[in-house]
Amino acid sequence: MSKRLFAVLSLFVAAALLLTSCGQKAYECDDPIGCVVIGPNEPVHIAYALVVAGPNETLGIDSRNGVEIAISDTGGEILGHPVQFDGEDTGCNAEGGQAAGTKLAADSTIVAVIGTSCSSEARVAMPLFSEAGFVVVSPSNTAPDLTEPGNPNNYPGYFRTAHNDQVQGRVAAEFAYNVLGLRRAATIHDGSLYAEKLQEVFANTFAELGGTVTAQEAVDPNQTDMSSVLTSIAAGNPEIIYFPIFMPAGGFIIRQARTTPGLEEVYLMGADGLFSPDVMEGGGAEVEGFMVSSPLVQGPDYDAFVAKYQEMFGTAPISIFHAHAYDAYMLIKAAIESVAIVQDDGTLIIPRQALRDAMAATSNFDGLTGNLTCTPTGDCADPYIAVYQYHAGQYPPEVIWQP
Amino acid sequence: MFRTWRQKITLTDILVWVIGLSIAVVVVWGTISTLQSGKYSVESWFDLAVKGLALGGVYALIAMGYTLVYGILRMINFAHSEVFMSGPFTAVFLANALNDSGFLNRYPLLGILAIAILSMAVSMSVAILVERVAYRPLRNAPRLVPLITAIGASFFLQYTFRGFYGSGFEAYPTIEALNGAWQLGTVRLFKTQVVVIIAALLMMLLLYAIVMWSKLGKAMRAVSEDKEAAALMGIDVDGIIVFTFALGGAAAGAGGVLYILQFPVVHFYMGFIPGLKAFTSAVLGGIGNVPGAFLGAIVLGLLESVGPNLFLDGLGIPVASQLKDAIAFIILVFILIFRPSGILGERLTQTKV
Amino acid sequence: MQNKYTDWKQALRSGLLGGIIVVVLSLIGIVAAFENTYVVNQLVSFGEILILGPVAALSLSAIRKATSRQAGFLILTAAISGLASGLVILALAGVGQVINLRAMFLNASEELYAIYAYKQALVPGLLLRLLACIVIGALTAGFTLLPDRIKSALGQGLLYVVFIGLMGRLLTMMLSNWGFVAVLFKWIFTANSLSLVGAIVVFLLTGGLAYWRHGRPKVKRSLEPRKQKVIRWSMLGGVGLILIFLPNILGLWFSEILDNVGLFILMGLGLNIVVGFAGLLDLGYVAFYAIGAYTIGVLTSPELGFFNWTFWQAFPVALLMAFFAGVLLGLPILKMRGDYLAIVTLGFGEIIRILVLSDWLKPWLGGTQGIQRIQRPVIGFGGYARTLESQQELYYLILVGIVIVAFIAIRLRDSRLGRTWMALREDEDVAVAMGINHVTTKLTAFAMGALFSGIGGTLFAAKIGSIYPSSFQFLVSINILSLIIVGGMGSIPGVFVGALALIGLPELLREFAEYRYLFYGAALVAMMLIKPEGLWPEARHRIELHEEETPPPEEEAATATENA
Repeated sequence: MSKRLFAVLSLFVAAALLLTSCGQKAYECDDPIGCVVIGPNEPVHIAYALVVAGPNETLGIDSRNGVEIAISDTGGEILGHPVQFDGEDTGCNAEGGQAAGTKLAADSTIVAVIGTSCSSEARVAMPLFSEAGFVVVSPSNTAPDLTEPGNPNNYPGYFRTAHNDQVQGRVAAEFAYNVLGLRRAATIHDGSLYAEKLQEVFANTFAELGGTVTAQEAVDPNQTDMSSVLTSIAAGNPEIIYFPIFMPAGGFIIRQARTTPGLEEVYLMGADGLFSPDVMEGGGAEVEGFMVSSPLVQGPDYDAFVAKYQEMFGTAPISIFHAHAYDAYMLIKAAIESVAIVQDDGTLIIPRQALRDAMAATSNFDGLTGNLTCTPTGDCADPYIAVYQYHAGQYPPEVIWQP
Repeated sequence: MFRTWRQKITLTDILVWVIGLSIAVVVVWGTISTLQSGKYSVESWFDLAVKGLALGGVYALIAMGYTLVYGILRMINFAHSEVFMSGPFTAVFLANALNDSGFLNRYPLLGILAIAILSMAVSMSVAILVERVAYRPLRNAPRLVPLITAIGASFFLQYTFRGFYGSGFEAYPTIEALNGAWQLGTVRLFKTQVVVIIAALLMMLLLYAIVMWSKLGKAMRAVSEDKEAAALMGIDVDGIIVFTFALGGAAAGAGGVLYILQFPVVHFYMGFIPGLKAFTSAVLGGIGNVPGAFLGAIVLGLLESVGPNLFLDGLGIPVASQLKDAIAFIILVFILIFRPSGILGERLTQTKV
Repeated sequence: MQNKYTDWKQALRSGLLGGIIVVVLSLIGIVAAFENTYVVNQLVSFGEILILGPVAALSLSAIRKATSRQAGFLILTAAISGLASGLVILALAGVGQVINLRAMFLNASEELYAIYAYKQALVPGLLLRLLACIVIGALTAGFTLLPDRIKSALGQGLLYVVFIGLMGRLLTMMLSNWGFVAVLFKWIFTANSLSLVGAIVVFLLTGGLAYWRHGRPKVKRSLEPRKQKVIRWSMLGGVGLILIFLPNILGLWFSEILDNVGLFILMGLGLNIVVGFAGLLDLGYVAFYAIGAYTIGVLTSPELGFFNWTFWQAFPVALLMAFFAGVLLGLPILKMRGDYLAIVTLGFGEIIRILVLSDWLKPWLGGTQGIQRIQRPVIGFGGYARTLESQQELYYLILVGIVIVAFIAIRLRDSRLGRTWMALREDEDVAVAMGINHVTTKLTAFAMGALFSGIGGTLFAAKIGSIYPSSFQFLVSINILSLIIVGGMGSIPGVFVGALALIGLPELLREFAEYRYLFYGAALVAMMLIKPEGLWPEARHRIELHEEETPPPEEEAATATENA
């Protein structure tokens, strides 16, 4: 019995070895970090590493929806190959980033990754992705260190379509000081890397310009009652409160600021984290006059995008980085199309380093979030940031200032 | 005399008192220096206190679910935060429909009532369902086992509702009648908060009346004292347990409506924090005790809104409001050191715990 | 006649319930989401199983409750149940045509109705669906009529096909590590699901195995003690060998899962002392995990620049910190019991998280931005020094940690101290009356638990390299508590089983992406309902309680539930 089994097994092994060895002679890959070979009819595998489960999931699901719209807009294919789009939940924390990163990095069919959602995940997952040779485009990482030249957190292969906090925080501070002529500001963050860094950049710039920062406060993202923090801020008599946080906490601050003694007339300002239709609902009537800084995402293209979103997912965009994710996919697609080698039988060969170089060479790419040009360290967002003002019953908000 | 006194007091007692006293000293010192600095006006304090009371009212209604169930089954119903979430998260669709048709602003009272009834009905059904599926089969299991099914049920419910209505936010419409404030001398009273406080008070009284004086309430207390004896007296124990869950669920649904009057944004994860706070207030007041839960909730609501500014500002600690939950929990420890069974809690014997 | 009537009613009720379950699952979105997740490639999708599965299950329950065992009657009952389910499903699709349900229920989309209608035109497609439900009902009835042996073979075969089909992607990933051996298995899977041939082979193998095993009398082992000992030791040795080679067999991704499971085993062993042995309900256990991790972070990270110690220099300090934090927390709660204890410990966990997050302590603890570039542990000296960096290397460190901690835990359990813990758990008042010093007993329990958790924290910091407050949520405490209770409270092997089930499983459930927690919650409820005493319950203290009776193993479960 066991002898026969052994014989059969060894036959199998022999056959298998034979089969693998007489495979057709493929294109010689001379890329320093290897190539992805996609056989005829095989899909181009693009993965996501976004937070799609848990309390922060709106952020990631919204981005994923953006990518799905992009895939649907381009017919679901790249160079005649269908696109396989799947991925991992990252949980918006470091251990989730590591788990997702490890799993995706083990899959050598992946060409590019769209993610991560949160900067903390990127710091842990990027070494794995970078080692695996992927191109990674994040729609929502904003931490400056990820693209800072020479910083150990800047890994090869990393790109992002989201705005570096350095850019946005500075623009907001200059707008408040120079355009509005305000001299006293207070800031609030919600304990996320994004908000904390933005308010820090804002506060530093505002102080540099000669203004006074009366308070740098913080709330919890799930907090609803903001009375104590607002009362504390009111004691410093600021002229503007800058809170670059997310919904729903941002909506509660908008509402409750107007009912806090001393803050009835203060200017309120947020960042692109509060550039979403939710703000209209969450802020209610008090949203009148609320300002946000954000890239210029307006016009017919964006309207068509939102309509498609509504049609595909049954709801208006639920968070803010959908357009960035859409652009992320489009950038990857363009880069693949520029470097991929199509063989006669339909086999697609994508050299990984060349793909990274092509991504880095992106310039003046016409995307939903503006004209995208990538820096060598991976900042692809259009540095053009406008300031918008909300009015009750009107979305998208009015552009009140452009650089 | 001295000898017995010395035998009673041990080193650990002294250590515990030192911990308690140091908390007290820091709190008092912080309060005095804050008040001396005069950073905040009387109006601000008043404003914070009213908001704290309104918040406490919501916590109190949610805490009822914890405390009633605990009284009867001696278990923490961890899924109660999702019971709370389910009501207002479902009723938002009714509210928006009513608002679109203009009904809500024409008849605000009727509108809010309809929303409240739907919210209470949904929360109640979810509570009953959870009891039936996750707790009843484990009636005689070790005490921690239903705790785990409660946690499982909590996850399941969260993601069920997330699946139903999506992971985005839904916002309640603004009710014009509740906008604005009354001016009393130098202080302002916002209509919303006043309505919430009064409604919470009325509902707590109603609940108290049900528990104390109705026949079902009496049966409930009987079951809570001794299930077997109650069954021998002809009380349908399972029925009473279902009634308890239903009552707790309805209270949570009502609390949900008061919650959205103040914080009109709902999403699938909204139950977690209020649920945790309500559980804390139930324990703070003495779990299993209805007036205790109310008192605990009011204390917690006030601590949260007044606490950070009052206790920490004077100590020069930056970003005090970030620490508001830490303060609430430290005060909780402080109270429990001196009253280990909560503010109004009885001294529990081992058999009850 | 009366019986018949109640039977019809029962069948209808079961069918309606089945239909409602399907409708709820559809509205949650998982039916549509798994439409293209194939169990058998291009043939059976998981979405379809989610529709027909509940229908079949409830038909089965209708059959169970039926009063007559007649074949035709049973088939009719089950078919009626199936019909009722089908009608409910149709009703959803019908209502969906008239009212736009999508304004409320996001997943009540045209896509869903199309899935109901098998992607055909709506009316004939839905009728087909109705027919399918009836047929499935009737088939379940047919299934119950089969002889037991075939029934178990069929049932197991189907279960394994579904399970292996769902795990297809993971299995292919694991296989890809095995080089040429992978080729042998390649034909089983196509495009991340079973191929038709693969499905048939799996079905025949597992079903055949069940058929073969069924009816064989279970061999009771009654070997002499010496032989038993030999067998036990050789098995232990075998397990040890497998454990040593596991990361290389399974690859990086599975090592990541193993590491996570390992960390939770470490903490579970600690919490098991507090909750399982001493009976103190601790909901803030994450605090010590955080203290361990942050101590390592502050002492070793060059970014903060205070100390720049190596991992091993910081390690004992971290343990001391965790130990003293345990004592510190233990003091104020000495007099509290039950849920008062729970809430204070929960508060302690939150306080620690809020403190590490706070801007106030940011200069020392990093605040929101966390602590990065934590030193990895270095093993060996001089030229042989080796930094443990990848999950595969850290696995061994965690393994060593578990072995040491498990050894300590076992020794503690059997020591005098362990017995005083258990006495305290059973009845605090009596224990104190018998002369047990409840202060030191409780404090040591807390301190030991904290120490183990602290070890977990240090290894976590080493594994991940950077720590953020978001890693130390209340949820972690809940997870650890769940795993020791699912494993069996107070049972040391139970901790291992529980961790595998609750930490390993959700990692595998990653396949379900955003529905992961939904399945996790359902699994948690199901596990506790099926085995309330835990997966691997601890027998000893039951026996202690009933010394004269010494119940045979079968009765144990029953007494376990009665005792509580």
